[in-house]
Amino acid sequence: MTAADATEAALARGFRTQQLADHAFRGVTLTCALIVLLTLAAILVSLFVGSLPAFRALHLGFFTREVWNPVTEQFGALGPIYGTLVTSVIALLLGVPVSFGIALFLTQLAPEWMRRPIGIAIELLAAIPSIIYGMWGLFVFAPYFASHLQPWLTAHLGGLPLLGPLFQGPPLGIGMLTAGVILAIMIVPFISAIMRDVFETVPAVMRESAYSIGATTWEVVWNVILPYTRVSVTGAIMLGLGRALGETMAVTFVIGNAHDIHASLFMPGATISSTIANEFTEAVGDIYYSSLIALGLALFIVTITVLALAKWMLRRMALRVQ
Amino acid sequence: MTADPMRFGRRFTNLVTMGASAIVTVLGVAVLLAILAAVVGYGFEALSPRLLTDMTPPPGSNGGLLNAVVGSLIITGLGIAVGAPIGILAGTFLAEFSPGSWLTETTRFISDILLSAPSILIGLFVFEVAVVPVGHFSAWAGALTLAIIAIPVVLRTTEDMLRLVPNDLREAAAALGAPQWKSVVHVSYRAVRAGLVTGVLLAFARISGETAPLLFTALNNQFWSSDLNGPMANLPVVIFQFAMSPYDDWQRLAWAGAFLITAAILGLSILARVLFSTTKEKSR
Repeated sequence: MTAADATEAALARGFRTQQLADHAFRGVTLTCALIVLLTLAAILVSLFVGSLPAFRALHLGFFTREVWNPVTEQFGALGPIYGTLVTSVIALLLGVPVSFGIALFLTQLAPEWMRRPIGIAIELLAAIPSIIYGMWGLFVFAPYFASHLQPWLTAHLGGLPLLGPLFQGPPLGIGMLTAGVILAIMIVPFISAIMRDVFETVPAVMRESAYSIGATTWEVVWNVILPYTRVSVTGAIMLGLGRALGETMAVTFVIGNAHDIHASLFMPGATISSTIANEFTEAVGDIYYSSLIALGLALFIVTITVLALAKWMLRRMALRVQ
Repeated sequence: MTADPMRFGRRFTNLVTMGASAIVTVLGVAVLLAILAAVVGYGFEALSPRLLTDMTPPPGSNGGLLNAVVGSLIITGLGIAVGAPIGILAGTFLAEFSPGSWLTETTRFISDILLSAPSILIGLFVFEVAVVPVGHFSAWAGALTLAIIAIPVVLRTTEDMLRLVPNDLREAAAALGAPQWKSVVHVSYRAVRAGLVTGVLLAFARISGETAPLLFTALNNQFWSSDLNGPMANLPVVIFQFAMSPYDDWQRLAWAGAFLITAAILGLSILARVLFSTTKEKSR
């Protein structure tokens, strides 16, 4: 064996080692990516298995009945489902226009030096944990709401036909409306941040040509920017909805936790997530426990559907940017 | 020049909508300030050195939050220790090994959904797989829950950061004969080191305030515990329990805890933001 052969053999060995290392590294990263995929599937399967006893005992009536009685083991999800939908709708009704206004301000109105600090302030709202919103809602917002806003709402809106009953009732401070308002505050940073990014993808030439034919800023926003970004804006709103549906701690603090359905938004209620948070550790008996997991399964399926739709809509924006 | 009859109406609409947009922005910033003022106002007066030397008290007596603070550090620390490497490696796969493939697209999609999925359901899941089989709550289960929440945050940031690495750098490494793992570890990772740290910090900020998923995994513990196999006190659950209680001294402690947690999270978020912008500028 010559020296050249030995060198070549050593090189080949080194090469093989590196090839192995490459395969191993790739394998490890691939495994980690698969863990993410499997986690979602595992959550779905485990919730499904956990909710089987409830579905066997209560059938589909679980979703349509209002009763929630641990003693007789009769459980219906209608109350929490109603609470989840109502609080999320309130959150969207209040949160979407505000988010739109903030995005509009940050992209069209604010002078350059103001954009960054205000943008950061709004984004920091998203970093504050849910439980802090809950405490603030319970100890600061709810008393103020009860003493100032609720009487005002009853006086001015309570007499309206159709909508009136929504705003009648005792000014308790806590309740469905309070939960909706807190949720609105919590989803604003998410929606407005995406709307801002989306608005910035509108080509300057489109905005400028509208301005050049004499459009006002509002007309540019309403007739050029919004139509151009319609799909992504809907995606941003859906993302906010996905957040609102599943939000737990803040709602648990302020909603009052009652399973009954009332016409008034001032009355206490419950959402799916607040019911789970409040009752899960105290649930006794298989059916009770399984009913709570079934609530979780329903919430999980609804939120991942909403979030998937949101992502799909926002993807089109990402493609357009590239 | 003829007068435009619509002119006043159009300018009025513009004025009203622009005014409204400025007002809601002020409102948004005001809410942030109001929350911070409440947390600082109530929390600051409840701060005392005993907070970090005494255990959580029974109602009606003085105490601190020592066991909760330490428990939180242990559980979130473990959560990050498990979640961050998985997130970084998965993000590496997406950005370096198979960008654009269907597996990458699917993983990113699922990860983004996990990112916004209700965290309480992740708690339910871990309860089913890690609490029911062993028959008791544990700090491990809490850490596992937080790890699952941390992974998508780290994955997302890692992938975004690695995609900022110019391909020239990778090609230069390849031209020198570097195997791909070396190119990733010594070139790509090094180029966006601050960005990777950003992702971990963001995940840390995110999970240190998570309450709902800990309710039925780590539960709570009124006493000092270093047993990872048993229930462990943690700040978010203590805050929840104390704030909802009717006792004044418990509520005061809850505000003190809220102050600690908010300060930590906002500090981490701002640090992450600074790091992020330096990475982004460097890669330009």
